[in-house]
Amino acid sequence: MTGDAGTTDRVGLVFVSHSSQLAAGAVALAGQMAPSVTLLAAGGTDDDGIGTSFAKVMTAVGEADTGSGVVVVSDLGSALLTAETVLDLLPEDERARVRVVDGPFVEGGVAAAVAAETGADLAGVAAAVEDARSAWGEAEAPAAPAPAAAAAPAVRDASGYTREVLVRNPQGLHARPAAEFVKLANTFPVKVTVNGKDAKSLLGVMSLGLTAGATASIASPDSEGEAAVDALVDLVESGFGEV
Amino acid sequence: MALDTNWVSSWISAAATTVTEHKGELNTLDREIGDGDHGENMDRGLRASVDALAKLPADATPSAALRSVAMTLISTVGGASGPLYGTAFLKAAEPVGDADAIDGETLVALLTAARDGIVSRGKAQSGDKTMIDAWTPAVEAASAALAAGDAPGAILDAAATAAEQGSDATIPLVARKGRASYLGERSAGHRDPGAQSTALILRTAAEAAE
Repeated sequence: MTGDAGTTDRVGLVFVSHSSQLAAGAVALAGQMAPSVTLLAAGGTDDDGIGTSFAKVMTAVGEADTGSGVVVVSDLGSALLTAETVLDLLPEDERARVRVVDGPFVEGGVAAAVAAETGADLAGVAAAVEDARSAWGEAEAPAAPAPAAAAAPAVRDASGYTREVLVRNPQGLHARPAAEFVKLANTFPVKVTVNGKDAKSLLGVMSLGLTAGATASIASPDSEGEAAVDALVDLVESGFGEV
Repeated sequence: MALDTNWVSSWISAAATTVTEHKGELNTLDREIGDGDHGENMDRGLRASVDALAKLPADATPSAALRSVAMTLISTVGGASGPLYGTAFLKAAEPVGDADAIDGETLVALLTAARDGIVSRGKAQSGDKTMIDAWTPAVEAASAALAAGDAPGAILDAAATAAEQGSDATIPLVARKGRASYLGERSAGHRDPGAQSTALILRTAAEAAE
């Protein structure tokens, strides 16, 4: 990610819902974590009744595409059908820059928005929606709060560089801190994991259920991974501005 | 009547009239296993299609008329049936090409393309308790009628009768696609509204050809 990237470099997102309020709500929610991504709502029928509008989706897809493409997420089945129909009827050159992805509307949409915010390309943003489905599926029960271990020493061995850190902020690695964490992780060109999950995947991190008092084990197998692990440990230790 | 642009117009007018008459019934079927707006949505879409067809130039081809119906349904229906029926009409126009009238062979290709369009859009299979369960028997009956040497009117009649039987046959099925699938086993015992609207629309196609 480049810090000075303009909004036009980001992949845009369209939220297609049967309800105009639901689409607008999803945009507001995702926007909190992705302030520089173009997020557009296409909810409700033409007269804002319950249903989906071909025209609203078509217009939003056009407006959300600032050159890097658009990912479309949808809620119930017929919203997906409308979105796919729009895709079929787009001119070929535009169609190549649009991905209609079937995944969880809220979780997938938020994950996609964060991926777009971190500068992911069209395939990366689309993959974030799909990952959201499996990330929740394999979510485990929240880890029991670990004893308040002081900052454990860093471990460097054949498998890489690992540090453990206590989650201090009262809210734990919930939406906003998790997004900050993932954004920071994405600034490093190395593989980083937190408790075995991809530290660059919002849903992966959130599915760990790291609440206050839990221990996060942050690791990188890459020889260049120390800086990333140290930066992420510092962020968790900072308490995300909540403590 | 030859299956020309006038046939498409007569068909869609008759379909709009029939669906308006059956609006309450379709809404009720949909309320039992879905969201309750199928009659409303199809009524709005077909009436808008009648208006769109009236605005076509006098020399419009049947395929242009079918495409006009397709785009109108996609733009105005608002539920799943918009993209599904819209795609059906869009695909139906393809085998017709620039022809001024539709012969028996093209008619079967039209019905087959419409059914295939719905399958690819909705990703449902036979037996999922969807409109496919009316469309597929209709396509098969139309093919058999063509093979038996029937004229287009009789082919449409055979397709409509098979669609009606297919709609009846959805009653005991458990839904595996669409909103009704959320009900699981509880969807059994109810007729699928999309299969029923398919039967109504194909019956008017046959009647318009008489």
